[in-house]
Amino acid sequence: MVRTTKFLFLAALAAAGLLAAGTAGAAEPQPWQMGLQPPASPVMEEIHAFNTLLLWIISGIVVFVLGLLLYVMWRFSEKRSPTPSKTTHNTLIEVVWTVVPVIILVIIAVPSFRLLYLTDRNPDGEIEMTIKAIGHQWYWSYEYPDHGNFTFDAYMVPDEDLEEGQRRLLTTDNAVVLPVDTNIRILVTASTVLHNFAMPSMGLKMDGVPGRINETWVRINREGTYYGQCSELCGTGHAYMPIMIEAVSKEAFAEWVETAKEEFAQVEQPAAPDAPLRLADAHDKADDKNDNKKTTD
Amino acid sequence: MAQAAAHDHHDHKPGFFVRWFFSTNHKDIGTLYLLFSVIAGLIGGAFSIWMRMELQEPGVQYMLTDGEPDGQLWNVVITAHGLIMVFFVVMPALIGGFGNWFVPLMIGAPDMAFPRMNNMSFWLIVPAFLLLLGSALIDVGAGTGWTIYPPLSSTIGHPGASVDMAIFALHLAGASSILGAINFITTIFNMRAPGMTLFKMPLFVWSMLITAFLVLLSLPVLAGAITMLLTDRNFGTTFFEAAGGGDPILFQHLFWFFGHPEVYIMILPAFGIISQIVSTFSKKPIFGYLGMAWAMIAIAAVGFVVWAHHMYTVGLDVDTKAYFTFATMVIAVPTGIKIFSWIATMWGGSIRFDTPMLWAIGFIFLFTIGGVTGVVLANGGIDLAFHDTYYVVAHFHYVLSLGAVFGIFAGIYYWLGKMSGRQYPEWAGKLHFWTTFIGVNLTFFPQHFLGAAGMPRRYIDYPDAYAGWNMVSSIGSYISFASSIFFVVMIIYVIWFSRRQAAENPWGEGATTLEWTLSSPPPFHTFEELPRVS
Repeated sequence: MVRTTKFLFLAALAAAGLLAAGTAGAAEPQPWQMGLQPPASPVMEEIHAFNTLLLWIISGIVVFVLGLLLYVMWRFSEKRSPTPSKTTHNTLIEVVWTVVPVIILVIIAVPSFRLLYLTDRNPDGEIEMTIKAIGHQWYWSYEYPDHGNFTFDAYMVPDEDLEEGQRRLLTTDNAVVLPVDTNIRILVTASTVLHNFAMPSMGLKMDGVPGRINETWVRINREGTYYGQCSELCGTGHAYMPIMIEAVSKEAFAEWVETAKEEFAQVEQPAAPDAPLRLADAHDKADDKNDNKKTTD
Repeated sequence: MAQAAAHDHHDHKPGFFVRWFFSTNHKDIGTLYLLFSVIAGLIGGAFSIWMRMELQEPGVQYMLTDGEPDGQLWNVVITAHGLIMVFFVVMPALIGGFGNWFVPLMIGAPDMAFPRMNNMSFWLIVPAFLLLLGSALIDVGAGTGWTIYPPLSSTIGHPGASVDMAIFALHLAGASSILGAINFITTIFNMRAPGMTLFKMPLFVWSMLITAFLVLLSLPVLAGAITMLLTDRNFGTTFFEAAGGGDPILFQHLFWFFGHPEVYIMILPAFGIISQIVSTFSKKPIFGYLGMAWAMIAIAAVGFVVWAHHMYTVGLDVDTKAYFTFATMVIAVPTGIKIFSWIATMWGGSIRFDTPMLWAIGFIFLFTIGGVTGVVLANGGIDLAFHDTYYVVAHFHYVLSLGAVFGIFAGIYYWLGKMSGRQYPEWAGKLHFWTTFIGVNLTFFPQHFLGAAGMPRRYIDYPDAYAGWNMVSSIGSYISFASSIFFVVMIIYVIWFSRRQAAENPWGEGATTLEWTLSSPPPFHTFEELPRVS
């Protein structure tokens, strides 16, 4: 037990150290990594700070409980303590071990709620652009409604097609290109089954649910390539639909948008009505649209 | 003399077939449950070894169909592992096994209140298990995860009959548990020996009473949810289908309204066992008995109003998440009371370190680790980093695999002599403990690191950076499994071949509950004359 717990303690310390040191470096998992991925967004920075606080608290609790256990095992073993006491009550100690945990929980709760509300909504700054991520079996498709409403699919690059330096199971054929230092709204949904749009270095994790549109936000701090993976069981190809975000400068993003408009198709959507629709009109329009579709086919 | 003759006549055991297949005897049914649980545990454990072999190195080496990686096969195996361990290993061992054996003995009752229903409970779980195994073998298997979330579990994700078969398996297992719960509640409320008031009951009986209420209130919700899923799949309803006005999230609410109490169903009986053992081997009455009983009641009650902390990423409103964060953290308080009361029971005691006590102390320490990571996961904000990663896998294996299962092993060593009449060799029990302790920690502690680094759960293959800790984890699982095989062989040897007769009470003055006043093994019928509790 001692050996293992020593290992646990060292591991906890090492994890804490790694967290403190781990701000620089690439935003992808590293061999033998013990802590969170380096933050690339304000939310993830807060998650790091909160996790560090929690890690100290929970390591303290574990070490304290372990210390007590080892002490009573040593002090009150049959050899050292042949006659057991008959104490079964001590009101003071019982109140203490009820109240102290409550205080610890309050200490945790304050930053916890701050973080929770931050993850929900950007407190400063308007949303500057929106993208939409749609989970399919088994790839993601993305839409850029604020930039000409183009759309593209992103499939994982299979092992045999990987080029030098590309990450196995993490690289997609099309990256989600996003500008840095921009408040981005991300809408997530799915076509058939549940999926989850996750990006560990940005503190993003949002389910795509058929029939629902979920909203979250991100502001990317640094340029670079970021990797995430689908995080809700979605069937056979669950492990094979990664998310690759390429964060670039605002200028580079504007340039990319121009080429993307050329390269990718438009989102097919119903024409926006000028006047309020009556049901009969809607029906006609749907017929029109179907006719159009037939002609384009 | 006449009385003795009559007694002998009553103790006459029926023939093999009638005794084990038509059993109405709580001890025999308890034995059947334990036997069933060990067999199911070996199968569920074999699945986990298969998974750890696959995850030992990056790439897909074992889960292949026609030489191609088979993600569906992987999903079927994780689903089977989860459902088997929850419904066919932990619940049968703790509730059906130890509950049946020791609730009547500890309260001085001759048997359970409804002996025939007791038999039915057991014989429902056997076909349930066969249906579940069958669901993995027919068609493409049920690769839905143990949570069976639609739409993946609807016809859109699983068109074949596998999921229907798994649903029937859960129906039967649920019915079995509910009947068992009714039996326990009735027995504990009505059949206590004279003088055994509720607050004189051993804490193990308390834990079973509370567990039975949890089963009674939560399993029907699961039954309802999976029945709605069944009609969605087969009769054109759209409870969980957005296209028909339904909602996939509704299923998750229903599932976790069952699922969260379910995790307390698995851990509360272990709490009870640990309380008995810590008290016995410290030679002291349990510290803060009332607080311990009320802490379990509080955990059970609050356990019903925290379910959506499993759903922080489904798109819940932020105030809802704030409530569930708060409510979940509240549970840490009664749990802390239990941990500290166990240590306080040891404080001032005269502690023997026999095998059951080692498992109990291991339980307290490892459950603490699983508990504090639970406090981390309770927070809706930081959960974005950990949800659906190996951090969660590590957390719930620390409380279940290293919590509930340690409780089961503790109970087996504590009561093996009482149940079988044969005492295990101390060295073998200790060897089993230490190899398991090292093995499971090696398996699950590194999974915290994998999860923090972002490795998603339920993945057949992972990016190469995660290779190191996965290798460590796999090696740990091999050690644990080897240890389990050693345990099974040792138990078979002890029960059938050993001549080491167990004493009435092998644990000395600390063992004060009623079962230690009986012979080992107890007579076929016990307490025909009710004991009086002063």
